[in-house]
Amino acid sequence: MTASSNSTAASIAADVRAGRRKAVDVVEEYLANIARRESDIHAFNLVTADQARAMAAAVDADVAAGRDPGPLAGVPIALKDNMCTRGVPTTCSSRILEGWKPPYDATVVTRLAAAGAVFVGKTNLDEFAMGSSTENSAFGVTYNPHDTTRVAGGSSGGSAAAVAAEFAAASLGSDTGGSIRQPAALCGVVGVKPTYGTVSRYGLVAFASSLDQIGPFTTDVRDSALLLEVMSGHDPLDSTSIPQPPLSLQSSLEQDVKGLRIGRITDLPGGSDPEVEARLVEAFDALAAAGATIVDVELPSMKYGLTAYYLIAPAEASSNLARYDGVRYGMRVDASDTNAMYGATRAAGFGDEVKRRIMLGTYALSAGYYDAYYGKALKVRRLISDDFARAYQKADVLLTPTSPIVAFPVGAKVDDPLSMYLCDVFTIPTNLAGHPAMSVPFGAGADDLPVGVQVLAPTLGEATMFRVAAQLERSAPGGAR
Amino acid sequence: MTSEKFMIDEYELVVGLEVHVELATATKLFSASANRFGDDPNTHIDPVTLGLPGALPVLNRQAVELAMRIGLALNCTVQPCTFHRKNYFYPDMPKAYQISQYDQPLNIDGWLELPGGKRIGVERAHLEEDTGKSTHIGGTGGRIHGSDYSLIDFNRAGVPLVEIVGRPDISSPDEARQYVTELRQILVAVGASDAKMEEGSMRCDANVSVRKPGAPLGTRCEIKNVNSVRSLGRAIEYEARRQIALIESGERVRQETRHWDENDGRTHTLRTKEDADDYRYFLEPDLVPLAPESAWIERVRAALPMLPRERRARLSAATGAPADGEAIMVVVERGQDDYVLAVATHGADVARALVHVKEAYAEQGASPVVPAADLAGMIVLETSGKLTSTQAKQVLADIVANGGGDAAKIAADKGFEAMDTSALESMVDEVIATQADAWAKYCAGEEKAMGALVGAIMKASKGKADGKAVTALLQSKRNS
Amino acid sequence: MSQSSREPAGESRISKDAVAKVARLARLDVTTSEIDRLTTQLAGMLEHFADIDALDLASVEPMTQPYPLVNVMREDVVVAGLDRDEVLAAAPAAEDGRFRVPPIIGLEG
Repeated sequence: MTASSNSTAASIAADVRAGRRKAVDVVEEYLANIARRESDIHAFNLVTADQARAMAAAVDADVAAGRDPGPLAGVPIALKDNMCTRGVPTTCSSRILEGWKPPYDATVVTRLAAAGAVFVGKTNLDEFAMGSSTENSAFGVTYNPHDTTRVAGGSSGGSAAAVAAEFAAASLGSDTGGSIRQPAALCGVVGVKPTYGTVSRYGLVAFASSLDQIGPFTTDVRDSALLLEVMSGHDPLDSTSIPQPPLSLQSSLEQDVKGLRIGRITDLPGGSDPEVEARLVEAFDALAAAGATIVDVELPSMKYGLTAYYLIAPAEASSNLARYDGVRYGMRVDASDTNAMYGATRAAGFGDEVKRRIMLGTYALSAGYYDAYYGKALKVRRLISDDFARAYQKADVLLTPTSPIVAFPVGAKVDDPLSMYLCDVFTIPTNLAGHPAMSVPFGAGADDLPVGVQVLAPTLGEATMFRVAAQLERSAPGGAR
Repeated sequence: MTSEKFMIDEYELVVGLEVHVELATATKLFSASANRFGDDPNTHIDPVTLGLPGALPVLNRQAVELAMRIGLALNCTVQPCTFHRKNYFYPDMPKAYQISQYDQPLNIDGWLELPGGKRIGVERAHLEEDTGKSTHIGGTGGRIHGSDYSLIDFNRAGVPLVEIVGRPDISSPDEARQYVTELRQILVAVGASDAKMEEGSMRCDANVSVRKPGAPLGTRCEIKNVNSVRSLGRAIEYEARRQIALIESGERVRQETRHWDENDGRTHTLRTKEDADDYRYFLEPDLVPLAPESAWIERVRAALPMLPRERRARLSAATGAPADGEAIMVVVERGQDDYVLAVATHGADVARALVHVKEAYAEQGASPVVPAADLAGMIVLETSGKLTSTQAKQVLADIVANGGGDAAKIAADKGFEAMDTSALESMVDEVIATQADAWAKYCAGEEKAMGALVGAIMKASKGKADGKAVTALLQSKRNS
Repeated sequence: MSQSSREPAGESRISKDAVAKVARLARLDVTTSEIDRLTTQLAGMLEHFADIDALDLASVEPMTQPYPLVNVMREDVVVAGLDRDEVLAAAPAAEDGRFRVPPIIGLEG
């Protein structure tokens, strides 16, 4: 894969704003990349070429008229297909929403467009964001641009692949248990899940409301900082939105890591690929060489994270997905009465993984089982959060592998849901605690497949997190970009 | 008020009422679409109202304000609270869950005092969102049964409701009617709702069970579809008798929800509780806790208007009439008590004012058009004997019909001239002279003879003499 | 919560009857072979998730919010909503400005 030298969002925006490049020319480059390789990758559910060209033309018109189109001027961006785009199909890669056009835009979509971004398409995902490989999509698998016999990760596989394959300069994903970070690691790009509440969820089709967050995929750390600065900040349409102004991150990228305390989790669950573990050791070494201090921390409850997550997330999802009933929008299977219509529509419209999680979640909330399952899981969540709080007294950030394994072959895990769930063992605890975390490409593992290192930070610790990520990027094996 | 417990065939009734009230806010509970009744279907919709993918709720501050007014007016404690999802499927439920309050509601542990003084406990009054409305096409009478299909309008979906759960302290159909009537007045007085049962802005469900005195509580049934205060009483009575008949014939009462049919005057099975959905309540993750600051709560409390019970007490103290008597109950319910007191400030007798307003002001509403001074003027003429009570009513009728008027002038126009005392006395003297026999008998102690004298005086005065004044004059002349 | 707490039975964490009941609650039509498959899969998952049964959680407060916000409210001001035509155009069935559904029987309202 060739990387074009001006393929960062920051450089595109700078060039377009300054009139050095035309947005319409930039978008044609990316559309050409899509035309060349999309049939091998299948990153998109829908390529919106006409809309992209129109948006680019509007940006150029602004520049010509002396109006500043904004900090993302002309940047081609792909959107995960679980974010509402008015008049443009938003399917969540599910048959039950096939062809559905939202009558409104998600807040992040509005903010990116207002900043001059150009939307090239809606990317593929595991159905309703449930999965770790994008093999649960009703519309086909997304393949890893590094090796198209392998998965791109999930659930935001399409968005990760789009950036890795240079179909877009940046993309948006959503992360509930690792769905941005894990595909970022598998595809060798940067992926960020910000602090819960920093990016509005209005217009993000809900999977698990207390865990979901939107975040960027980019080729470098700076671009993620740029995107988050545009997307973040209080939204009155989201009650869980933190009442703070947008994050300010780019200035932290120049700071060094001298004196920062990097936490190594000594009781981290084992079983990662040896090459992945080796890359993590090198990451710690690189930070130490740059002046940071490595400290040991323990997160004894981390190993219960998968259980807590796979009770809480499906429970919330079972309620969030109940609205797909064939009454007001989406697929309907006709029947003699409404109750029968519900059962037939949802059976035909949802895929197996979605049904499985709805069933698990319904059970975990049901009368007589709430205390044993959902109730307990909320308490385990508290334990994990408390563990992190103790760890962050000793460390400024923590470091783990993002994924225990590199990209696996398509089909390798589809028959073993539990094995699939283990892909998220290092990412899930962050969502439970509501903290930020990001994956930075850091060398390669077996078969030269990308490895990602995860930087974890406490609530609203993005500045420090990006500071460390920038250093990791500078020190990454194979050279910095 | 009876102090004896109401019984049917030696059984006591145990009744608890659940009242849902639509709040008079401009917008819905969790979104900014208009809260309006009667507009074209699906014209007040937004992503939240329709349960579109990606929609999120945001709580309406004014709904919280009105809900607190209700709670404080019902003597509740306002406490920090949370919202829960109540999950069930129904086509008028756009999200397939209702956002409501479960184990931590906004208002708890209050009471409502019936006019006679009995307190009915209010367990809680919490916020929740309303559903859309279904219309059933093709069946008989618009019922679901036998319909071909249904049409859903989501204008009402998301409208703020307060659910007021009364404790089962009500013992009779009459107490139930009083509870709902009093509650309605409170809701209107604090500006929380227009609370019209016929329009659906106040809905009442009754939980009814029966038992022999001293026995444990019986199985209760929930009665729905009661659309007026009168129906409430009828439905409770019917249901109690139905349950008694079952028990007396050796059968057991099944716990179920029943539908009141106004036309046949009976309750019918709707569904049994055993089939009920498991609502899988859990904390609403899209909302955050609500803990109104004590400064806000105190502001609401301080701004509460005088409630009906206080108004009745005030009017009773002023007039001497019983607070739960018909006159005061009716006048306060109409909102005319301030008016009655205002009439008194113009020098008129307040007890007479109460009676006249009760009898003549049924159509006048809470802001009578008749100036208080005008009514006062009429009452002064009445109580000073210048108008008989019959004449007073006729003058008042005119005043009401015309939205006001000068009582003395109206009386004069009708020929109800005020007969002054000296004119009256000379007329009495004349009659005494011409009815010498009757006068002699009267003076000798024959009270019956007065009739002839009074009759003659009334005839001579063409009915303008006031009977009481005439009697008084005759008596004093006899005695002197 | 006032719901009673029952520890799941030892042998299989979830029975076929329970799976069928849950499918009904969730309005998911399932065939008998699907029930069999789901029962096996869910039982396996619940067995795995039994690791938290070993924890002593008696004095632990449930965590329900990732970020501690309270009292988020908005002013009671009307904001223009969605266009009815655009919305009904996306509806599976509509008539007379309303959403049309088959007869509503077998449901509690």
